[in-house]
Amino acid sequence: MSIELVKPGVNLDFVGKIKLAAVLSTLLIIISIAAILFRGGLNLGIDFAGGSIIQVKFTENITADQIRAALKSTKLESSLIQKFGENEFLIRTSESFSDQTMLAANVDEPLQASFGEDFEIRRVEVVGSKVGDDFKRKAIIAVILSWLAILVYVGFRFEFRYGLGGIVALVHDVIITLGIIAVLNIEFTISILAALIFIIGFSINDTIVTLDRIRENIKLNPRKQLRETINISINQTLSRTILTSLTVFLTALALYIFGGAVINDFAFTLLVGVIIGSYSSIYIACTIVLLFENIHLAKVGKK
Amino acid sequence: MIKSLNIRIAIALTICLGTLYFLIPTFFPNIPSPWNKYMFKEKIHLGLDLQGGMHLVLEVDTDKALELMVERMSDDLKETMMDNRIRFRNLEKVDGANIAMELTEPEGKNDLEKLLRDKYPDLEIDSTRLRESGSFVTLKVNDRRAADMKKLTVEHSLETIRNRVDQFGISEPEIMPEGENRVMVQLPGIKDPERAKNLIGKTALLEFKLVDDENSLEEALRGNIPEGSVIAYGLRGDRTTGQRGTTPYLLKNRSLLTGASLETARVEISDRFGEPHVSLKFNAQGAVDFERITGENVRKRLAIVLDGAVHSAPVIQERISGGQAQITGSFSIEEARDLAIVLRAGALPAPVNILEERTVGPSLGSDSIRQGVMATMIGGLLVLCFMIFYYRLSGAVANFALILNVFLVLAILAAFRATLTLPGIAGLLLTIGVAVDANILIFERVREELRTGKTIRVALETGYSRAFLTIVDTHVTGIVAASFLIMFGTGPIKGFAVTTIIGLLSSLFTAIFVTRIFFDYFTWNFNVKKLSI
Repeated sequence: MSIELVKPGVNLDFVGKIKLAAVLSTLLIIISIAAILFRGGLNLGIDFAGGSIIQVKFTENITADQIRAALKSTKLESSLIQKFGENEFLIRTSESFSDQTMLAANVDEPLQASFGEDFEIRRVEVVGSKVGDDFKRKAIIAVILSWLAILVYVGFRFEFRYGLGGIVALVHDVIITLGIIAVLNIEFTISILAALIFIIGFSINDTIVTLDRIRENIKLNPRKQLRETINISINQTLSRTILTSLTVFLTALALYIFGGAVINDFAFTLLVGVIIGSYSSIYIACTIVLLFENIHLAKVGKK
Repeated sequence: MIKSLNIRIAIALTICLGTLYFLIPTFFPNIPSPWNKYMFKEKIHLGLDLQGGMHLVLEVDTDKALELMVERMSDDLKETMMDNRIRFRNLEKVDGANIAMELTEPEGKNDLEKLLRDKYPDLEIDSTRLRESGSFVTLKVNDRRAADMKKLTVEHSLETIRNRVDQFGISEPEIMPEGENRVMVQLPGIKDPERAKNLIGKTALLEFKLVDDENSLEEALRGNIPEGSVIAYGLRGDRTTGQRGTTPYLLKNRSLLTGASLETARVEISDRFGEPHVSLKFNAQGAVDFERITGENVRKRLAIVLDGAVHSAPVIQERISGGQAQITGSFSIEEARDLAIVLRAGALPAPVNILEERTVGPSLGSDSIRQGVMATMIGGLLVLCFMIFYYRLSGAVANFALILNVFLVLAILAAFRATLTLPGIAGLLLTIGVAVDANILIFERVREELRTGKTIRVALETGYSRAFLTIVDTHVTGIVAASFLIMFGTGPIKGFAVTTIIGLLSSLFTAIFVTRIFFDYFTWNFNVKKLSI
């Protein structure tokens, strides 16, 4: 006897809750956009905003205030100091030290003066504003192009309305994930962008599987109402949707717990995205397909 | 799908063996002598975020290079115009890369045009404004030549940086052009990043200029700089206090000799104080020039200027033959060594700016590897356990495919010398999560078919064929999404995109082709009554 997550023949009424889902999603999107606006835009990391990050590890217990005191009257005085794992700190500043000697004078020497040899500079990242602007432009292009490319591919393999359903789901996922990032004030770095793109890829997977089944069922039963067909299709693919989301979720969870501080935010974004992506492929993508059908029927009806 | 099971098994085995071949050096680095000859040599290349090192993106200031060229041209043009008796006033380089002048005779413009055609094909007249009895003309370098020149500057800079890095002695550096005027430098395992940056970023333009003793330095400092002269500052270091003062000099603008005339440069320790200095040897032409210059300017002071700073300005005692000179100053032995390297490698044709720097210490790198591998193992194990628990024997088949997939991705990375980064490891782990999707799709479909009462063979057949197109669709969209990340030049994220794309491609093979072999083998050869799925 095999284990079954979703018993065959189960027919949960997903389509009946579409209105509820639409309200929920709209609400989430409004909250997300409001959160981003309220924060004055995303908290851009140095990849996009330009600036420097210095990761320092100490051999002893040291507080952020001690570091701040050590950096007093250097250019890093007003920098952000953030705990980053055990006895490890990130010093973040909008200053970009393109001059070779600046970093030594502003970090190495003052730290040595205060802590002797009991520290190690483990990572230095400096991004000039020019590169930051480049990355910003590329990031926006990457997200939009990936949407468009997927729209074209799904539109070509299925039908335009399916492609549109998929894209609306993707935009929905990206906005809500960004909203959560804004609420938690997570720094938006290139890694987070990579996570977003991964979510786009993951979410469209789910959508395609469901849409594929809808198409198949329409062929099998062309006379059935679309509403019903969609609901049956969602139920038929439900166990797969849950299982796949679960495996991806498990791997992202392992990254989040064991992957280390460098990759923490990236893994967190994935966790959030996987949940939203799974939800949106069931509710958002199918809602749009149904919506288009209704509009279409209404037009036909008028004629 | 290929019908013959034997051919399919052969294909799968070949790929397994290939995987093994490319991965042996990574997992068993010490193969004894006679055998290692036949083995693949390369380990998987680790990104700088895993092995530690420095990643730099430099911008070559090509506009500045063009300006410098125009400046030289304007000096030259001045002399040629005098020789050709074209009368002009106020010829000078103006902002940007233009030359402005006033022609004082009406026929001057025609003469100038002819001169440009004959001797300066790179220059063209940009604008002319008529004045009484003459005209006001600006010249510019024509666009094609300017573009060529900028391209050459970047190439030359790349070459110079490569020379310097090679002489500095770093194993496996990577130096590549990026975009129009950028150079990417990757230095794995570097110990002293500040020193490396100094070495790479220094323009190292060495010039010999005469000190202008005919005019007053005080007057010049007050703002009345005589025509043809400039003020430059010297670094007067004091070793004992570590203080560095600046001494002003008034120098003749023209550089008599540059670093381009050097044959070599090396560090020497002077006998008296044990202080290092850099000894220069000119090439044949340089030696002749140096002899002439020193001969013509006995009793005058000759300044040695490096990147605009005066290192020393000794009085020329007598004509110097033999083509030897020294740069003294208060160097540490390392500074002297680096200076000798940059002088040997030659000056950068234009200043470079550091646009981006990412340095990772080796300890952080090894921490990242440990944590990345740990996360992958645990995440992978969770998925494997889940599959066995949920799909039993079929799950075990899928697990075999998953493990093969991981090794296949690593082997492809090794074979193509692609780089594994921390996000790359994350990508590998996520690929496990996604690749298993293909098998879940198939198995769910097979279960459905079995429920409708089909035989095992038919159920498998339909399950695989129905799921196939869906799987292709999901993989293609995943690959499309990931490929947009590749355009981000930075190593780590590119690594994520690359492993994800390779992982998706190879999972098409492992999840569909390989698992099918197992099912077909057992259902064709044995009378399987019940499928463990």
